[in-house]
Amino acid sequence: MSILVFVESSEGQVKKTSIEAVAYAAAMGGDVTAIALGNNIENSELEGLGKYGASKVLHADDERLNQGVIQAYAAVIAKAMEDTGAEVLVLANSSLGNPVSARVSVKVDASLVSNVTDLPDTSGGFKVKRSIYTGKAFAVVELTKNKKILAIKKNAAEVKETGGSAAVEKYKVTISDNDFGAKITNTDKATGEVLLPEAEIVVSGGRGLKGPENWGMVEELAKELGAATGCSKPVSDMGWRPHHEHVGQTGVKVSPQLYIAIGISGAIQHLAGVNSSKYIVVINKDPEAPFFKAADYGIVGDAFEIVPKLTEALRAAK
Amino acid sequence: MKILVCITHVPDTTSRISFTDGDTKFDTTGVQFIIGPYDDYALARAVELKEQQGGSITVLNVGGAETEPTIRKALAIGADEAIRVNAEPGDSFFVAEQIANVAKDGGYDLILMGRESIDFNGGMVHGIVGEILGLPSISPVMTLDIEGDTAKMAREIEGGKEYLEVKLPLVAGCQEPIAEWKIPNMRGIMSARTKPLKVVEPSGDATNTKLQKFERPPAKGDVKMIDAENVGELVGLLKNEAKVL
Repeated sequence: MSILVFVESSEGQVKKTSIEAVAYAAAMGGDVTAIALGNNIENSELEGLGKYGASKVLHADDERLNQGVIQAYAAVIAKAMEDTGAEVLVLANSSLGNPVSARVSVKVDASLVSNVTDLPDTSGGFKVKRSIYTGKAFAVVELTKNKKILAIKKNAAEVKETGGSAAVEKYKVTISDNDFGAKITNTDKATGEVLLPEAEIVVSGGRGLKGPENWGMVEELAKELGAATGCSKPVSDMGWRPHHEHVGQTGVKVSPQLYIAIGISGAIQHLAGVNSSKYIVVINKDPEAPFFKAADYGIVGDAFEIVPKLTEALRAAK
Repeated sequence: MKILVCITHVPDTTSRISFTDGDTKFDTTGVQFIIGPYDDYALARAVELKEQQGGSITVLNVGGAETEPTIRKALAIGADEAIRVNAEPGDSFFVAEQIANVAKDGGYDLILMGRESIDFNGGMVHGIVGEILGLPSISPVMTLDIEGDTAKMAREIEGGKEYLEVKLPLVAGCQEPIAEWKIPNMRGIMSARTKPLKVVEPSGDATNTKLQKFERPPAKGDVKMIDAENVGELVGLLKNEAKVL
């Protein structure tokens, strides 16, 4: 089976979620080719994809692709599927990957499933498990077309270093000006931070923190853990934190190894965004906070005392 | 300006999710259905744009007769007319093809919907509609303003946002904070009863996936409580028991 993997980068580095996509494709078995777009990616990063199972990397290094223009990306990836004879396209769920893959599915007439949580079952047909109802349930879905596109959720595959270096080939495609109809005029992006959807550990704060000025201790704790920071919906609605940190039903859905909730009561809409976390720690002064029911570990007490102590204990344990 | 807003009819966000018929059907017993929260944002922004610039709003749903109260609610919020494609929403491709077929001769400047439905969370319909119609598709859209024949938008990306300018017509998948949800007032509710709701039969029956069965997540174990005076114990548990540090 020939598999193409769409790889995204950020600040010159391949995204961790894209490395997972390569590892997922390798675990499926078959010949894995990765494709990266734009000339703002380090070549060594692309060669490094070999470690996770890519035999070849196509690099569409057209400068116009440095920005994630959805239609243009879809055109390049659909063409690459055709050129490589790929039966399956694998990518990580993301704000760019999902809208791009939707368009690719029409171009190549493929079955398309997002939020995939496990490797495919090919014992009869081609079936995958996907998360639905915002993490509250799963569905097993059969992909009925010859070509398939899988947008995988974080932690759908274990990342293992197996192979060596991948051969990087320049990939030239003609892209119609029409596909650049959407003009990206500016980008406003946090730099040097651990990004929420990619983080293995997330530290989130809620209204219990009383105001934006108290986020310092959340950031300290996150820094000690190498974690991303998140927040509840009221906190983002009140403008204490930017919207891209809002975790929940209508915000970012995270699936880290560890989620630490500080001063968040655990409304069902918030839980919907965190219920695929592997472990949940809840710190809340209200012992009746519903979040404790969804937690693995809980501490009842004042966040302003506990959080600095926890940061200290982590530092001491190093 | 002619705006098409596509809405889903989905269980309330607080619903308990369970299944019947050997885990092949969603159990609707006791479940309250609502306009998809993201679709509700799209509708709210459409109403604001209509107030600013004039025009009309058509709301579209692909679903059985049971979705009509949800469609009426959209009419009460401010849509002028509604179309229901009388079919079970099979999968993303099926729904998108139905929307594209309705939209292709409608002359819409904007085709808005939520970034994803909250039942299947696919997040794919806007892109498929855009590709079928040959229009740009942008998602997830956080702000949307129209200046002449150009839409100015902010799109959420991991860790921030990007700003875009796109010529109309286009397809957009919306999310907060594009507008505040609107609560229908009494006049809206009264007028919604008599606004036109056209039922059309589906065109084509193509899907590209087949649902096999539903599964519930494994039950969560009990929470282990740690004394507030002993946070060091938590560090030990995370290291040695959970092995996440």
